Amino acid sequence: MNLISTVAQRVLWAAILLLAVLVLNFSMMHLAPGDVADTIAQSMGGADAEVLEQIRTDYGLDQPFLSQLSNYVGKVLHFDLGYSYFYNQPVTKLIFEKLPATLILVITAQLLALIIGVLLGVYSARNQEGWVSHFVTLFALFGYSAPVFWTGILLLIAFSLKIPLFPVAGMVDVTVEGGAIAKFLDLLRHMVLPVITLASIFIALYSRLCRATMMEVLQTDYIRTAKSKGLSTREIIYKHALKNSLSPVITLAGLQFSAVVSGAVLVETVFSWPGLGTLALQSIIARDTPTILGILFFSALVVIVGNLLTDLALRFVDPRVRGH
Amino acid sequence: MSALLSVENLRIELDTRAGVAPVIDDLSFSLNAGETLSFVGESGCGKSMTALAIMGLLPEKIGRVASGSILFNGEDITKASDERLREIRGNDISMIFQEPMTSLNPVFTIGEQVAEVLRRHQKLGRKAAWSTAVELLNSVRIPDAARRAKSYPHQLSGGQRQRVMIAMALACKPRILIADEPTTALDVTIQAQIFDLLEDLQAQTGSAIIMITHDMGVVAEIAERMIVMYAGRMVEHGNVDDVLSRPRHPYTKGLIGCVPHLMATLTDSRPELTEISGIVPGLNEFGQNACLFASRCNLVGQQCVQARPKEKQFENTQLSACWHAESV
Ligand SMILES: Nc1ncnc2c1ncn2[C@@H]1O[C@H](COP(=O)(O)OP(=O)(O)O)[C@@H](O)[C@H]1O
Ligand SMILES: [Mg+2]
Repeated sequence: MNLISTVAQRVLWAAILLLAVLVLNFSMMHLAPGDVADTIAQSMGGADAEVLEQIRTDYGLDQPFLSQLSNYVGKVLHFDLGYSYFYNQPVTKLIFEKLPATLILVITAQLLALIIGVLLGVYSARNQEGWVSHFVTLFALFGYSAPVFWTGILLLIAFSLKIPLFPVAGMVDVTVEGGAIAKFLDLLRHMVLPVITLASIFIALYSRLCRATMMEVLQTDYIRTAKSKGLSTREIIYKHALKNSLSPVITLAGLQFSAVVSGAVLVETVFSWPGLGTLALQSIIARDTPTILGILFFSALVVIVGNLLTDLALRFVDPRVRGH
Repeated sequence: MSALLSVENLRIELDTRAGVAPVIDDLSFSLNAGETLSFVGESGCGKSMTALAIMGLLPEKIGRVASGSILFNGEDITKASDERLREIRGNDISMIFQEPMTSLNPVFTIGEQVAEVLRRHQKLGRKAAWSTAVELLNSVRIPDAARRAKSYPHQLSGGQRQRVMIAMALACKPRILIADEPTTALDVTIQAQIFDLLEDLQAQTGSAIIMITHDMGVVAEIAERMIVMYAGRMVEHGNVDDVLSRPRHPYTKGLIGCVPHLMATLTDSRPELTEISGIVPGLNEFGQNACLFASRCNLVGQQCVQARPKEKQFENTQLSACWHAESV
């Protein structure tokens, strides 16, 4: 009951937030220099003044800003993100085609980063003088300060060109023969480098935070109690301490959703991963306003849904968040 | 008859910024099965350290048993393996801590936290452990225990949390229960209830209790024998009745003088409440070859600052580490 009303409240806030994002994005695109009609005309191979005028009328570009805005918002509410001049397709269709590729990348990278980050953090908190602990500190510094595209390109050079273990680009190899398993293995092979690149920043973040909270938790009174009960080290660490260390890490992971999305744009570009990031870059270069707006809207949606899920996960690990 | 627990010449050292300090300095005592022994002394005298040493839970890295032994049923647990210590903890020797608000894990239900001990030591299955946990919560007088077992610590008051700690500590009917100032953080009204509960449960389980407190009133109420600690050393030891009626150490006398109702029952005259001036020395002043109480003592003489007092034994087995024990 409590949960349902909380979720309802959150969803309402999320909707309001999305609306605000929509208005803001649209206004910013409108303020950006350049003439959209001109861009459209170019993609058709150029046009004279008369055709330009025609385009303006067709796309409603001659109408006042506010009516363009309300038009757009109205359409979005009906799940219509407009029509791409560049791709000659509805933006919604375009996004849904590219979405799975991005989700696979982003979700795998986030999960991997969480699992590895937490394990590294726990391990280094327990062995503070060991080399893993120093490695975590160093890796955290490196992973967080190295630009994603740089890491990506280095990995490409090392493991695709010098030592050709993994494919250079793309998501699937169309020449691969065989059943679902062969296709899946091919997908995995393509995923390795982009996932590692994207995960590396977050592994660094999570392991450092987890190490710090774990060290703090291990000093608490309730861990002393757990020891006084004669529990094994494994139970103390992975049951009593870990569940308490997870809240901050989950909170951080939630906050990182937007960074994951922007990181995905860079990683997809480096590895020619056919997802929303590549689509975003192409549509920016082509000045394909409806597609850009659609992707921005969708990223906001992903971030907001991600935050909602984070809240739910927090309620799951920490009863104090649940209230009475 | 050999004692259940026998501590011999125990010295515990802590690493501090100023160097190594003997937080427990040559402590010897014994505990018999089923009896209640009280440790009393002001804050910072090393009472908790003694308890943690017996549990094998001295602060990691900075604390260690430097010499001496702790014999439990004849077995020296300062030399026991971690594995053996884990068998003893929570099963043969368990402990209740001073901080009920923070001693329970916030993310597990109280039922689970009690049941866990039973699964660990009594090898009970999940179901059996849970229902025994509910019985235990019931026996520490948690109302509506079956339902409350599913509560989390933050949903309970301090007094109730301490009851949960007691249920957990007594779950396996330990031979020894160490209670480290179990009511210090609680309301005075709750205090009497907790002591009643402990006494009732002790009658059922037959556990010996080491009751740590800074309150002479508590000692008078529940213990048979008592040890007075000061700055890491035992300064007086004896039967509670003997010590309270005729303390043989000025520090003990001072502690008794601080408790109004104790004074009223011990003397018929209008009690004159006194306080001991000064404070307990810091850790880096422990271990000197002198009486560490000298600076606060009104009987202080030349000898007191030149040598650590020898323990004097009286006929009633009372023991005092004071150069002026006879004249106190
Ligand atoms: N973890 C610790 N690290 C450093 N010093 C400590 C630690 N715990 C206790 N001490 C010091 O050891 C001395 C004895 O402490 P403690 O045994 O807790 O006293 P009590 O329980 O009698 O109040 C005090 O001077 C205290 O400051
Ligand atoms: Mg203490």
